[in-house]
Amino acid sequence: MKQDGKDKVQFPHRHLLGIEGLSPEEISIFLDRSESYVDQNRRADKTSPVLHGRTIINLFFEDSTRTRTSFELAGKRLGGDIINMSVATSSVKKGETLIDTAMTLNAMHPDVLVVRHPHSGAVKLLSEKVNCAVINGGDGSHEHPTQALLDALTIRRRRGHLSGLQVAICGDILHSRVARSNIHLLNTMGARVRLIAPKTLVPPEVERLGVEVFHDMNDGLKDCDIVMMLRLQRERMNGNFLPSVREYFHFFGLDYEKLGHAKEDALIMHPGPMNRGVEIDTDVADDVGRSVIREQVEMGVAVRMAVLELLVLDSSEGDG
Amino acid sequence: MAANNEKSSGTVAYINARLLDPASGLDTTGGLLTEGEIITDVGPGLAKKKDAPKGAKVVDCGGKCLSPGLVDMRIEIGDLASTAEAAVSGGVTSAVCLPNTDPVIDDMTVVEFVARRARKLGLVKVYPYGAVTKGLQGRELAELGLLAEAGAVAFTDGTKAVADAQVMARALSYAATFGLMIVQHPEEPSLTADGVMNAGETATRLGLFGIPPEAEVIMIERDVRLAEMTGGRLHIAHVSTAESIDAIRRAKGRGINVTCDTAPPYFALNEAAIGDYRTFAKLSPPLRAEDDRQAVVQGLADGTIDAIASDHTPRDEESKRLPFEQAAPGGMGLSTLLAVALELHHNGHMGLLDVLKLITSAPAGLMGLDAGALIAGRPADLVLFDPEQGWKVDADALGGKAKNSPFDGRPVQGRVLLCVVDGRTVFEPGE
Repeated sequence: MKQDGKDKVQFPHRHLLGIEGLSPEEISIFLDRSESYVDQNRRADKTSPVLHGRTIINLFFEDSTRTRTSFELAGKRLGGDIINMSVATSSVKKGETLIDTAMTLNAMHPDVLVVRHPHSGAVKLLSEKVNCAVINGGDGSHEHPTQALLDALTIRRRRGHLSGLQVAICGDILHSRVARSNIHLLNTMGARVRLIAPKTLVPPEVERLGVEVFHDMNDGLKDCDIVMMLRLQRERMNGNFLPSVREYFHFFGLDYEKLGHAKEDALIMHPGPMNRGVEIDTDVADDVGRSVIREQVEMGVAVRMAVLELLVLDSSEGDG
Repeated sequence: MAANNEKSSGTVAYINARLLDPASGLDTTGGLLTEGEIITDVGPGLAKKKDAPKGAKVVDCGGKCLSPGLVDMRIEIGDLASTAEAAVSGGVTSAVCLPNTDPVIDDMTVVEFVARRARKLGLVKVYPYGAVTKGLQGRELAELGLLAEAGAVAFTDGTKAVADAQVMARALSYAATFGLMIVQHPEEPSLTADGVMNAGETATRLGLFGIPPEAEVIMIERDVRLAEMTGGRLHIAHVSTAESIDAIRRAKGRGINVTCDTAPPYFALNEAAIGDYRTFAKLSPPLRAEDDRQAVVQGLADGTIDAIASDHTPRDEESKRLPFEQAAPGGMGLSTLLAVALELHHNGHMGLLDVLKLITSAPAGLMGLDAGALIAGRPADLVLFDPEQGWKVDADALGGKAKNSPFDGRPVQGRVLLCVVDGRTVFEPGE
């Protein structure tokens, strides 16, 4: 259902807070719209005035270079006015800052807020306090919907479809919003999802999200089409989840030996930033034949352009 | 509010009532006579106006239920005035407050201060728990004996477990010297680090860290052993899991001196109430799975659970209007205690008298309070209620600054029509 730019395809929700609950059609709206932006981004002139006069605020309560830059570029290429706000989160009263900041920014009439926050559910809470569209740029360990969309776009462009693919998501599932968004998206689109991780990094009852759980890379990777590695979020760990990086890499780091169990043409993905030698071997990460990690970054800008466009234009009644 | 701290005088006849007294098993049409602060007569002989003695003020109960005022064995006091009003509006005439006040109730002067302030208000009677350990720090024993002499009715570190096994063993042992009871918040803290809701599918979906139900039963099983070892008197607060109730059932079967209570959220709600990060449903212990909720109902019905406490925990808007992980745990419960407890009756799990017992005579007995009975010579603390009358919980209408009811929006049945403390009317709806 490819759309040309003039046909308005509506995304029927005001915000994009997560993938959970979206239908395959709703997910496809974003993916389809992204395609034209991939082309646009490869041209010499990468801009289109779709969001001319619109205000986008990147509101980041947590450090991020990639996601913020990606959204910033997306907004600029659509001709929007985009500003970045980083809010220090060192104080214990983070939540007060959250609501107060939301109210303050709301008074400036932005068209869309892109919000990242270290606490699960915080973006949803903020969305209840503002009149504009809100895009979840990652909340705690909950969701990171644009990451899942860009991963899906990357896969779809390489494989032509998502349904029926065997996808392995490997690593720190427990702390990962990327994993949760991808589980929801891939299941919704008919792919089959496996998780591979040591038991300490698997959240309780995750099977009920519709995944198969493995604790051995060789078993879990067997005949997989896609291998998604997750960043080992060591900075978030305050317990004894793992004895050492060395041991983790030995059993769960992606190297050619383990990759040998996946399909020969399996794609390797990583949301970045990578810890080389921790969750992924450098040679594997840089394997031009199989690693699509840089392509993911490219798709990220296109997906975020599509998301910004669909949410901003849908929220301004009758104006397109 | 009709509250005052003047002594009531004269005779009042409450006629035409359905008398419900779980302490004596009474369930009959009749009336009750009070003289000043004391019940002087109860029974079917006082059913009609003509039965009332000459000169008595007559209160026609309209055939509704007259029972002992409710006894709530665990509240956080918050703002005393609004808590006291919430209590009497819910028919609660005696409440025991946790020691996690500021300052902590680990000193005799604080015990006296809390009781005196409550007496001045003349609404609900407030009895304090004393701290088990100084400053609730879990290290050194508080002056249990002196605190008891000053009026502390039992001992607990409130919403913190006494985590150290040696400290808990000594507390149980030392308290037994004076025949005092230790009340434990059953949660192994090292297993709950970062946890903000029940561990399981919902927590995993929401990206929140879970508190495993095992954290509760592990603490209970440990403390049951310590109670057995020391001969101490142990009470487990707000049990919330099936395994916990099983452990207590087994311990009671082995003759160990252990009792427990639960709170309405644990038999009326489950973790689904959290929905999309609803912070009013963030409680401690956390709301559990549906199987656990059903086990709590079963535990109440079969008598394993000895009492129901409201766990009333008022929180201001600022501490609840936060991302779920940062929001303060706790829910208000005084105004909804009766109505939500009555669901056990309306749903056919328990008889009306059995439900009332759990919120009157049973907690009064556990805490050693002169309350919870419609018997001549006892304090005239009464509640008149209509068990059938429906209403909808509206957090905004619960009074006070705090609005954090986990039951907000819930349709319930059971309305308080009159609340009497020491013979004085302290609440009538519509006042």
